Amino acid sequence: MDLQIALLLAQDGIVNGAIYALLALALVLVFAVTRVIFIPQGEFVAYGALTLASFQIGQTPGTLWLLMVLGVAVAALDAPALWRQGCRAGPKIYGLIGRQIAYPLVIAALVLGAQPKEWPMLLQVLLALAVVVPLGPQLYRVAYQPIAEAPVLILLIVSVALHLALVGLGLLFFGAEGSRTPAFSDASLEVGGLTISGQSLWVVGASLVLIVALYVFFERSLYGKALRATAINRAGARLMGISTTLAGKLSFLLAAAIGALSGILIAPLTTIYYDTGFLVGLKGFVGAIVGGLASYPVAAAGALLVGLLEAFSSFHASAFKEVIVFTLIIPVLVWRSLTTRHVEEEE
Amino acid sequence: MTSRHLLIVFVVLLGLGPLVLPEFYITLLNYIGLYALVALGLVLLTGVGGLTSFGQAAFVGLGAYATAALTTATDLPAWLLPLANPWGGLLAGLLVTAAVALLLGVLTLRLSGHYLPLGTIAWGISLYFLFGNLQFLGGHTGISGIPTLSIAGIELRDGRHYYYLIWAVLLAAVWLTHNLLDSRAGRAIRALKGGVVMAEAMGVDTARTKTIIFLIAALFACLSGWLYAHLQRFVNPTPFGLHIGIEYLFMAVIGGAAYVWGALVGAALITVLKQWLQDLLPQLFGATGNFEVIAFGLLMIVVLHRARDGLWPWLVRWLPEKSALAERHRDAPPLPRRPVPAVGSPLLEVKDAIKQFGGLVANDHMSLHVNAGEILALIGPNGAGKSTFFNLVTGVNPPTAGEVRFMGERVDGHTSRMIARMGMSRTFQHVRLLAGMTVLENVALGAHMRGKHGVPAAMLHLEREEEHCLLAEAARHCQRVGLGEHLQDAAGSLPLGKQRIVEIARALAADPCLLLLDEPAAGLRFMEKQALAELLKQLRAEGMGILLVEHDMEFVMDLADRVVVMEFGKKIAEGLPHAVQSDPAVIEAYLGGVE
Repeated sequence: MDLQIALLLAQDGIVNGAIYALLALALVLVFAVTRVIFIPQGEFVAYGALTLASFQIGQTPGTLWLLMVLGVAVAALDAPALWRQGCRAGPKIYGLIGRQIAYPLVIAALVLGAQPKEWPMLLQVLLALAVVVPLGPQLYRVAYQPIAEAPVLILLIVSVALHLALVGLGLLFFGAEGSRTPAFSDASLEVGGLTISGQSLWVVGASLVLIVALYVFFERSLYGKALRATAINRAGARLMGISTTLAGKLSFLLAAAIGALSGILIAPLTTIYYDTGFLVGLKGFVGAIVGGLASYPVAAAGALLVGLLEAFSSFHASAFKEVIVFTLIIPVLVWRSLTTRHVEEEE
Repeated sequence: MTSRHLLIVFVVLLGLGPLVLPEFYITLLNYIGLYALVALGLVLLTGVGGLTSFGQAAFVGLGAYATAALTTATDLPAWLLPLANPWGGLLAGLLVTAAVALLLGVLTLRLSGHYLPLGTIAWGISLYFLFGNLQFLGGHTGISGIPTLSIAGIELRDGRHYYYLIWAVLLAAVWLTHNLLDSRAGRAIRALKGGVVMAEAMGVDTARTKTIIFLIAALFACLSGWLYAHLQRFVNPTPFGLHIGIEYLFMAVIGGAAYVWGALVGAALITVLKQWLQDLLPQLFGATGNFEVIAFGLLMIVVLHRARDGLWPWLVRWLPEKSALAERHRDAPPLPRRPVPAVGSPLLEVKDAIKQFGGLVANDHMSLHVNAGEILALIGPNGAGKSTFFNLVTGVNPPTAGEVRFMGERVDGHTSRMIARMGMSRTFQHVRLLAGMTVLENVALGAHMRGKHGVPAAMLHLEREEEHCLLAEAARHCQRVGLGEHLQDAAGSLPLGKQRIVEIARALAADPCLLLLDEPAAGLRFMEKQALAELLKQLRAEGMGILLVEHDMEFVMDLADRVVVMEFGKKIAEGLPHAVQSDPAVIEAYLGGVE
């Protein structure tokens, strides 16, 4: 292996690592706020990429129907409680219907009536996000909110069940064939004999922008601070008037947005299948575990490490690259189990 | 008709099955048996132990691949030749599985609960890719030509033959698991759900117990894989992937993860449902694919929302009542007791103990001592640091500085289990009982350290003599504290005050010489308080030392020999009850100073 190849692999590793880092951040966020280990994160990656690909070939993505069905389900779940509040709940009912019934119908009208195939790419991306991102809070409402206080283990099993259902739906919506979308830009950069593709720069750039945006959100905005408060102490946050339900939905919204955007960013670099997201998400997971599901910077660094390790092992032992990546968590677990003194959490 | 009769009917029907059923149903039943064996391991691990694994399919794969590789290889090194048959394959599979399970267990089980499942996800994926990429294991094509099994000279040629083997193995595994849960070792496993602190305080080695149940679950899975390989006579990586591992967990949870028969119900339901959906859904959707996962995922979410205990408890309602537990233990001889220290000899000596949490000093230079045959009351306003002090003495949270001696030996830095073994027993301020277990079993958990027999003996019920002694001891302590009529009631069904008394009986069952009681009288009625005071006086007369944290001043002042008063982590007074009551510092702490 000469320097040229090493640089190429490093570039590959950094690009993938940036995506894993984004996913790791989302996983840490969701776990800290809701105690949910969000296995279905990867499905948002696949749904984002494949929804965009569907628009580009002029098909109607199945995620649109999911958005409508879940909208009806959420409305049906939330309506009785609002109904009992009587006339005071009027504006809330309109809000509910607006978000869960009217919004999906508007999006459906756009997709079916306005020929997104002909749109510029940026608008296609926005439309894909508009379809996929609301699925996050909808799924939180339907699958997690009724058992928000359950032990972590139960929440984890729900996550795995949801993952399985979403993968099956992915197969139903998009079929078994993979898709690849055109690059955001065809430009490429020549640095010291190394060609860096425009898409790579897009991925790394977008990841950095997102990470900074998340930082600003958590440090500067009221909602960000509310999420942090919920992560530190659920009961305490509730006493301060922060709705843990709202915090849960908000964290799922962010996770879904990060997942879908990650999928859209990598779709031009690799072929995405309905079940690709799971492995991509799990690699983000390995990064998050490196950070102990608690520290954002360590999780991001861990994810970058996963990306590099994957790139180099795909060169040396490509058949075993998944084995090598997932074995990485063993030394991490050794280190964590040697340094952690177990203190029981009171559930 | 009792449950036992139903079981006999079930076994007879199973035995007649192959004589009347067509081939298709035999195959289906074979698979149900194989899956139920794996799910049974998960019942022990998830439903009873509160841990979980998504990687059981990978252990099944280890069992299948070990025997497949050994029985089909053509150029084995000489030292492996004795293993080149199905029995050698079984042995090798079990050994490899045990090694992997131990490694994973050691790595993840000391960490909080979700690291084991996450670790098993990674392990499940890794092993799947490893099977698919190792050329000597046939890669993605797999290994074919695996020989059939022969047992006692009879060759098992088709599914009907294997049927008997599979179901015999499964029923044996159910029997072993059932025995295990009804034993000292089983109580230790069930105690895991009551939290590590409580289990360790009862002398249960929680890390070891967790590792053991993970190991048993893995070995059951491996055994299932071995049977699978010889039944199919062909293996490839597909049935050992992560998604199948998830399905195994679904079987256990849907069937009823806390019940041995739940594994069977779940395996049967999921297997039949899968068969049906795999025919139906592709037609419905007009495409091929594993669409049944959608239904399984949704079903699982509904079950976890609506009926977290699974189907078995719901089925059991239609079964005849279990006959009341026979009191086989009534005439068991008493357990040996530890030597009682002479009255007046020092039991507990704490010198200048400090406990800091970050910048907060919860205990500041605390010193006190308790002698055999005396009751020392530790009182103070809420937040004075009394519970911290309890945790510091019992080894839950060791002191930052200072010295704790018990029976003349330094114990600061000892684990709570080691301290408990030396003869210090405690109750908890927030009651920590296993709500679903009977009062008798809860109290028997306290006598855990007085038994010796481990998991293998328990599985075969070779330890009945000791078990009867333990239960008899537990029953005696229940009688003594006045819970005689509640022996077979679920601990969670008692009122809170009585639950505190169960905790005292549990602590006494350990045969301690020092008893630490954290607010034992809270929630008791007047008569019950008097009975408790009588009991404590009796124990004192027998030479036991008692350290008591209590808010009920009347109770404390009548009972205690000496009183120590704490405020803001410091000792502010010590002495005879009446002297302390008139101490100005104490009055200020309780009633506020004169402005």
